[in-house]
Amino acid sequence: MTKPLSPTDTSHGPDAGSTSPPGPFKEFWNYFCENRGALAGLIVFIMICLMAVFAAWIAPHSPSEQYRDSFLVPPFWSDGGTTRFILGTDAVGRDIFSRLIYGARYSLIIGGIVVSLSLTVGIPLGLIAGFARGVTEIIIMRAMDIMLALPSLLLAVVIVAILGPGLFNAMLAISIVYLPHLVRLTRAAAITELSKDYVTASRVSGAGILRLMFITILPNCMAPLIVQATLSFSSAILDAAALGFLGMGAQPPTPEWGTMLAEAREFVLRAWWVVTFPGLAILITVLALNLLGDGLRDALDPKLKRQ
Amino acid sequence: MFRFILTRLGLVIPTFVGITLLTFGMIRLVPGDPIELLAGERGVTPERHAQLRAEYGFDKPVLEQYWNYISGVLQGDLGKSITTKQPVVEEFFTLFPATVELSVFAIFLAVAIGLPAGIIAAVRRGSVFDHTVMGTALTGYSMPIFWWALLLIIFFSGILGWTPVSGRISLLYFFEPVTGFMLIDSLLSGQEGAFRSAVSHLILPAIVLSTIPLAVIARQTRSAMLEVLNEDYVRTAKAKGLSPGRVITVHALRNALIPVITVIGLQVGVLFSGAVLTESIFSWPGIGKWLIDSISRRDYPSVQGGILLIATTVILVNLLVDLVYGFINPRIRHTR
Repeated sequence: MTKPLSPTDTSHGPDAGSTSPPGPFKEFWNYFCENRGALAGLIVFIMICLMAVFAAWIAPHSPSEQYRDSFLVPPFWSDGGTTRFILGTDAVGRDIFSRLIYGARYSLIIGGIVVSLSLTVGIPLGLIAGFARGVTEIIIMRAMDIMLALPSLLLAVVIVAILGPGLFNAMLAISIVYLPHLVRLTRAAAITELSKDYVTASRVSGAGILRLMFITILPNCMAPLIVQATLSFSSAILDAAALGFLGMGAQPPTPEWGTMLAEAREFVLRAWWVVTFPGLAILITVLALNLLGDGLRDALDPKLKRQ
Repeated sequence: MFRFILTRLGLVIPTFVGITLLTFGMIRLVPGDPIELLAGERGVTPERHAQLRAEYGFDKPVLEQYWNYISGVLQGDLGKSITTKQPVVEEFFTLFPATVELSVFAIFLAVAIGLPAGIIAAVRRGSVFDHTVMGTALTGYSMPIFWWALLLIIFFSGILGWTPVSGRISLLYFFEPVTGFMLIDSLLSGQEGAFRSAVSHLILPAIVLSTIPLAVIARQTRSAMLEVLNEDYVRTAKAKGLSPGRVITVHALRNALIPVITVIGLQVGVLFSGAVLTESIFSWPGIGKWLIDSISRRDYPSVQGGILLIATTVILVNLLVDLVYGFINPRIRHTR
């Protein structure tokens, strides 16, 4: 910031690393790339995102089109399979491959909405608990403890039981379930930061409480929150699929992966492909996100960097 | 130690009160008339409605209603199921042993495999074994267990025909439950083959339920061991000329176990969540399946009571783990 910018300044140039110390992003990126698993996770995740965005172009069939002449056709490499339906068809003749591609949209939207919802509620609550201390803090943290006493999927199931089944209510339920972890993390990080000199300096120079919260302190608490958000994203996909499987999330005929599995359940011993592929899609997506989350944690956690 | 126990207990009570508030409020948050929901009767006449209203105490002030609710709860009265007209507490404790049996077996599997795998992975850090264990653990951790259950059914029940698909024991065997635990009861019954049948019914659900705890325990054991193996006292023990086996099992493992035990305790909640899915898939007659069935039957008294009892179980087990933790790690009970 204090460095004067001159036309010859090359700190943003391609070979900046050789002369000046790497910027925070560059440093992070170097650590991140050392972890091959994380890089693989990132690549797979980007591919899934692209698949979701361009579903209409990639998918060979419509996800809801029922081919009445082709019920339970096996994948193309099995006996009786055709290349017309690469991964086979389900019990009402819909192309599984196309449904999986469209399903990626649901999973990514679920993950995105759940994470943004719980971040927008959790971060302010955590900051308030960290700033206010006293009674406010006790009330917030006790409420979070109560939510933690209930197993996460059970709490989600109960919330859905109250609100009624459906994709939106399932997302809402999962966002509520993830609140306690975020609130605890934010509060802990905020309390650590609050005792530091730069916060005192900012306070002395007259910064208001909102400025202290969101501009002074929050950016310095981001590392654990980013990691938690990535891991919540993957758990949200898993939990939403589980709710869908239990008939409490997205409802048929939505091509959501968990709902597809629920519909396929009765064919488990007759048509293995109807069951196998939606689950595989969930596993690959969640695994990629978890690899990514682990990599982010290693790259962002200063304690591990020193090792 | 006494003071430590008291502080922990002091934390449990507000949490329990909070849970009762949640279950008390739940029935009032569900869209629809709470009286009709609780009685399981729809479209009742105004007279009947008034009668039910008085019966369930809805004509009293909310605070009094809550007081009546919580005094009922403390006396073990959680209302009656709409579908079976049986007291919820009775239903719960009839099915509870099935879930406990499944969970205990699952956590036993998870510890028996996860602990050694984590230790060996830490000792041989960077080896092929380490990478394999950690890769498998991450996959297990990312596994949609309801899908995993279906895959196991396809393979072991469908292709190999080794295991049954649902239930706790073959219908060929019948005996009065003594303990509620099928493995013990089948042995006590003395019927030939009953125990084998019980084991073959238990094994797949237990594998499914143990998957996530196993992955978590293996990962946690490895990282705890890695931390401890760098400590000075481990180096000293090695320098004294102790055998590597003794250094690992006595000096390192005992200290690494402390965080691992906490993690094992935290799995109770994971097990209950997993039981909901596992029991539904394998038609295992336990709490998880009962709760899901109650929700789909809109049997709200059962849901209300079930949630309260499950939450209480989780709170009590966590309390127990905390106390054990304080017992084996004096540093915890002396710092506040």
